[in-house]
Amino acid sequence: MGSLKLQKVEKAFGATKVLHGIDLEVADGEFVIFVGPSGCGKSTLLRIIAGLEDSTGGAVLIDGERVDAVPPAKRGIAMVFQTYALYPHMSVKGNMSAGLKQGGMPNEQVEARVAEASRMLSLDEYLQRRPAELSGGQRQRVAIGRAVVREPKLFLFDEPLSNLDAALRVNTRLEIAKLHRQLKATMIYVTHDQVEAMTLADKIVVMNAGRIEQIGSPMELYNKPANLFVAGFIGSPQMNFMDAAALGISGAKTIGVRPEHLTLSAEAGQWRGKVVHVEHLGADTNVYLETEKTGIITARLFGEVRYEPDAVVYASAEPKFVYRFDESGKAIY
Amino acid sequence: MSKARQSPLRSIAAHAILLTYTLIALFPVYVVVVNSFKNKKGIFASPLSLPFGDLWSPDGYAKVWLRGDFPLYFQNSLIVTVVALFFVLLFGAMAAFALSEYRFKLNSLTGLYLALGIMIPIRLGTVAILQLMSSSGLTDPSGPFGRAAPLTALILVYTAQGLPLAIFILSEFMQTVSNDLKNAGRIDGMNEYKIFFRLVLPLVRPAMATVAVFTMIPIWNDLWFPLILAPSETTKTVTLGAQMFLGQFQSEWDAVLAALALAILPVLILYLIFSRQLIRGITSGAVK
Repeated sequence: MGSLKLQKVEKAFGATKVLHGIDLEVADGEFVIFVGPSGCGKSTLLRIIAGLEDSTGGAVLIDGERVDAVPPAKRGIAMVFQTYALYPHMSVKGNMSAGLKQGGMPNEQVEARVAEASRMLSLDEYLQRRPAELSGGQRQRVAIGRAVVREPKLFLFDEPLSNLDAALRVNTRLEIAKLHRQLKATMIYVTHDQVEAMTLADKIVVMNAGRIEQIGSPMELYNKPANLFVAGFIGSPQMNFMDAAALGISGAKTIGVRPEHLTLSAEAGQWRGKVVHVEHLGADTNVYLETEKTGIITARLFGEVRYEPDAVVYASAEPKFVYRFDESGKAIY
Repeated sequence: MSKARQSPLRSIAAHAILLTYTLIALFPVYVVVVNSFKNKKGIFASPLSLPFGDLWSPDGYAKVWLRGDFPLYFQNSLIVTVVALFFVLLFGAMAAFALSEYRFKLNSLTGLYLALGIMIPIRLGTVAILQLMSSSGLTDPSGPFGRAAPLTALILVYTAQGLPLAIFILSEFMQTVSNDLKNAGRIDGMNEYKIFFRLVLPLVRPAMATVAVFTMIPIWNDLWFPLILAPSETTKTVTLGAQMFLGQFQSEWDAVLAALALAILPVLILYLIFSRQLIRGITSGAVK
C-alpha cells in the first residue's frame, strides 16, 4: 500500500528552473534512492513529494491519487530529516506521539504504536528523555521512530545519515535496511553519497541538474551506465575517462574504464605510464598513473601491491570492461 | 563555560570592572530609595547618608498614601504596561514569523516599513495621535467606557511604539529556527498557528524576554503620552501621579522620591520574571 507516481514534475524559483519534468514510478514496497551532486534538485523533489514545497508543473500521485493540493499531513507520508528536527521541548515519547495525537488518535492506540516502534528501534530506556540528552545516533533513531509510528504509505528520508560520524552511519544504515525488510514499506531516500545508494536501494535514481540521468538497480547502474555522468558518479574511485581520438580508437568520443578493471604489468599492456602516487588502503591499493597519451588514470588493485614512484608500468583492461561514449556523452553498447 | 585558562589577575580585573559598573548603575536607585525615607531637610543636608536618627521620616510615603490615589495609579500603570507588552510580543512575534518564514512579494519592503519605526520617534506624531484618539472618543474618561478609554489609547500608542524593535529583533531570531523542525511539524499535521505557538515561540523565548524588557521599561517610565492622552485623575499613571508633588515654586521631594521608589518595585518584579526566561539551553538538541 504505497505506490508513487511522478508525472512531468517541474519546479522553478522565479526564472530559475530546478526541476525539468521529472517522470518516475515507484512500486509498493520499493526502496528508491535519489542520488546526485548537491544542487541537482533531489531534495527539492523530495519536498515536493512531501508537500512541503509546491511544484510549478506536473502531478504527484500517491496510491494512484493526485495529491498536489493535499497538505503534507494528509498525504500518508512520514519524513526523516538530516538535522533530525526533533521537538526540543518534548520527551522522546512526546516526539513520537505528537503526530498521532494531532491526528486525533485515541490514547491507547497511540501508546501501543509508540511502544511497538520503540521496541523495534530499542528506544525503550530513552522514552522519558529530552532530545538534548541523547547522542546523535539516538536522536536519529527517535526521528525514525517518529516516522514509523505514523505507519505511512511512504517513508521519506532526507539525507538522514549526513550528520552522523562514519561508524554510526554504517550502523544506522543497517538499521534502515532492517526496517525496510520488517515493514515492507515504500521508502524514498535522498543522499549525495553513492555508497549509501548502492548499499540500500532496490532502485537508484541518478539526478543531475534537475533531470533524471538514469534509473536502475545498483548493479545495472554499475554495469551499464547510460552516460558519462552516471558512469562517473557511480563507483569509487571514479571511472577513468580517456579521449578516444588520442588513443586512436574510432567509433567513440570517450572511452571509460573502471579503476578496479585495470590490471598492471611491468612488461607489456595497452597504456604505458609512470606511477605518480600510490595509496595503500589495506584491502586495496590505488595506483595513479601518468599515461603518455591521456593524462592521469587510476588503477585499483586488490590487496597490497608495491610500486615505486616514477616506475614505468603498463595498464590494460579486458575489452568487455571498456565503456564507450559518443559525442553527447551517451554510452554505446 | 570553561574557566581553565583564566589567570586570577584577569578575573579579578574583570570582576572589578563589573563591580564598578554595577555600583554606578545602582547609585541613582540607592539615592532615590535612601532619600525616600528622609525628611526634606535631611534630603538636602546629607543626601548620601542612611536614613537613621533624626533624618528618618516616613512622611514621603504618608503623603503618597494620603494625597492622590496611588493604588489606582499603580493599577493604571500596570494595566497599560502589561497589556501593551502582551500585544507587542504577540503581534511582534507573529509579524516576525511571517517575515522570516514565508516567501511573498514585497517581503523585504514590508520588513523595512515595519522597521522604520525604530528610526522615527513616535512622539513626532503626537499631534496627529491626539487628534485621532480624541475624535475616536478615546481621550474622554467620562465617556461610555469610563477610564478604559484613555487607557486603551495609551495601550494602542505603546503597542505601536514597541512593535518595530520587537519585529526587528524577533525576525532575526526566528530565522535561526530550523526549517526542518517546522516542516516536521507540518508533516505531523500542525497548522501554521500551532507551529508558531508550539514550536517556534518556545525556541525564541530568550529573544522574547529581551524584547519584553526593552519594551516594558520605556512604557512604565513614560510621562509624555499619559500627560497628553490620559491626564485626568482616574487615568493617571505612576509617573504622572508623582508629578503632582513637583510644583512651580515648591517641590515635595520626599513624596516624589517615595513615589518613585515604589514605582521601581512592580517593574523590578516583571524584570525578574523575564530574566529567568533569558536562561538559554532549551534550544540545544533540537537539531544537530
